[in-house]
Amino acid sequence: MAIEALGDLGQGLRRLGGAVTGGIAWLGYAARFMVAIIWHSPAAFRRLHLTLREIYFSGVLSLVIILTSGLFVGMVLSLQGYEVLVRYGADEQLGILVALSLVKELGPVLAGLLFASRAGSAITAEIGLMKATEQLSAMEMMAVDPIARVVAPRFWAGVISMPLLAALFSALGIFGAYLIGVRILGVDAGAFWGQMQAGVKVWPDVSNGIIKSLVFGTAVSLIAVLDGYDAKPTAEGVSSATTRTVVVSSLAILALDFVLTVFMFRGIGS
Amino acid sequence: MPVATTAASHAALSPTRRLDPAAAAIELVDVHFAYDTREILKGITMSVPRGKIVAIMGASGSGKTTILRLIGGQLKPASGEVLVGGQSVPDLEPDALYALRRRCGMLFQFGALFTDMSVFENIAFPMREHTELPEEIIRDLVLMKLHAVGLRGAAQLMPSELSGGMGRRVALARAIALDPMLVMYDEPFAGLDPISLGIVGQLIRRLNDALGITSVVVTHDVYESLKMVDQLYFVSEGTIVASGTPEEVRASTDPYVRQFVDGAPDGPVAFHYPAPSYRDSLFADVDA
Amino acid sequence: MNRSTIDLWVGIFVAIGFGAILFLALKVGNLLTLDRTPGYHLQASFDNIGGLKLRAPVKAAGVIVGRVESIRLDPKSYEAIVAMRIDRDVLFTRDTIASINTSGLLGEVYIGLDAGGDTVMLKDGEQITKTQSAVVIEKLIGQFLFDKASDAGAKK
Repeated sequence: MAIEALGDLGQGLRRLGGAVTGGIAWLGYAARFMVAIIWHSPAAFRRLHLTLREIYFSGVLSLVIILTSGLFVGMVLSLQGYEVLVRYGADEQLGILVALSLVKELGPVLAGLLFASRAGSAITAEIGLMKATEQLSAMEMMAVDPIARVVAPRFWAGVISMPLLAALFSALGIFGAYLIGVRILGVDAGAFWGQMQAGVKVWPDVSNGIIKSLVFGTAVSLIAVLDGYDAKPTAEGVSSATTRTVVVSSLAILALDFVLTVFMFRGIGS
Repeated sequence: MPVATTAASHAALSPTRRLDPAAAAIELVDVHFAYDTREILKGITMSVPRGKIVAIMGASGSGKTTILRLIGGQLKPASGEVLVGGQSVPDLEPDALYALRRRCGMLFQFGALFTDMSVFENIAFPMREHTELPEEIIRDLVLMKLHAVGLRGAAQLMPSELSGGMGRRVALARAIALDPMLVMYDEPFAGLDPISLGIVGQLIRRLNDALGITSVVVTHDVYESLKMVDQLYFVSEGTIVASGTPEEVRASTDPYVRQFVDGAPDGPVAFHYPAPSYRDSLFADVDA
Repeated sequence: MNRSTIDLWVGIFVAIGFGAILFLALKVGNLLTLDRTPGYHLQASFDNIGGLKLRAPVKAAGVIVGRVESIRLDPKSYEAIVAMRIDRDVLFTRDTIASINTSGLLGEVYIGLDAGGDTVMLKDGEQITKTQSAVVIEKLIGQFLFDKASDAGAKK
């Protein structure tokens, strides 16, 4: 009995060890893949319209969901924030509350999550499908490196689009907060904008948000193209790769967000 | 015969005709290949003379496509030599490998056309990637290739709008876009209707002769192959079990060849997947 | 999807994206309010600067005329030495009083300058000699309790 239990424990440990080493090996593979992408990037940018096309499919087509989500998040933030602030007579701080929350945190993170599920999964599915129908193989045999032609443009499109989308998310959020806070709840417009301007600094607040969105964009794009390129060339393979992209990207965003926030945390009052 | 005249006139207009005549052959010498621990090829030796069409036949999973990928440099053999045009493919530097691939064309199973581009753009793809030709000349070349396969009118269609046979022909046109010295066909007849079968088979033969290229056809379509190839190799379980010209194959008494050519269900390639005896399976205890 | 349409949409996307970044930087952040007017420097020493922070405003009559540039401790006198940058077109007398104030109960801490009647003006790099430290609530309360206790004691 005890022997069996020990055996099961050993089995479990072996699997855990295997998962950990597998994960680390995957990280190494991802790093090499990223180097390969960067190596082939000049070729991708010489054919600029390839990248532009991907920016269209990743960035422009994500605008609707980003803008509406940003607006709603800003409006909700304004409502919730007002309810708490008004208890301490500090409702004039609503502007700075909303602005800091969005610019430093919610903008990059939420836009990143939305981008991962909309554009990231689309990229994975597309590349996976090209692999399954041997289009990538055909390109290879025609002496065209699929990493330069297919992968790199999509990667850079994601990296470029993310900060723009995060900024748009935050901007729309602040606008939504203004609509609710000033127009409906009656916060003084001058106080709303004035406190915001006094409290939100370009460096470090706005710039931190941009840095975060760049890091998230790189992570999501890399994960998306990697999962697509690696997908098993079957229907199940492509579908599981797509879900893996969304899950891993989301976790990566949240984990990186924590790490970056710790690095950027300067303590209260410097 | 419309196919013959268009193919011949196409060859006359073809702008690039190069390459050392003796160097276009393919040679495999005692090639072994394994996926992880599973040995796929256990000592393949074959040669493809320049300008000829060679068919590699065998049951599904016998390693035929692996041979193509070895020739194309997508895989490296565990041992043995793979020589194309006198060069050892596995030892080529990436630049030299890409240079070699530019002189080869490949027709993938089911075409592998780029689905986000039109027929025209698919065929123009290798031209735009590897040459600096101006758009007007590319346009003319693409139309020439399409004309050779009879699909000049379909230039603006998308791959999703093509029938199986048409898609295969477009892929063929793309494979010869840069006038290669060697064309490889991976199951070119798979899933086609009889008319398309005949068209593709004839195109392979006519283009081979008109362009002076060497062709390797991986297939299990015996009927079409016997009609147009110069040499056949039969692969079973990782080795070459038989080879010969179409006449020799038709007259062969080798049991494997006979089973293949006649399409007999049982023979050297067994009907039954290995399993315990029928009697034992039927009378075994059923799990509760 | 032809190329010119894609280019157009991508252009619009990038434009509004950058517009949003600019909006955040200018309207939301304080990029434009970063004083660009040239200024001169003044110094002041305080016993206690309270909650004064870097880049806190320097106000005269409630109008922002400068910013705190640096705060450090004098290791010998144990006083806080504050360096400020003042707008060039605003001059202060030699007997100006610099005091640490709080705007409102929970507001931010700033330096208030009250000009005196002296005829000589402070020049770049000079020191404001009259300073008033921050009011520290705990000391106030402690003082109040002490006074109360001593009153009670005196009454006995």
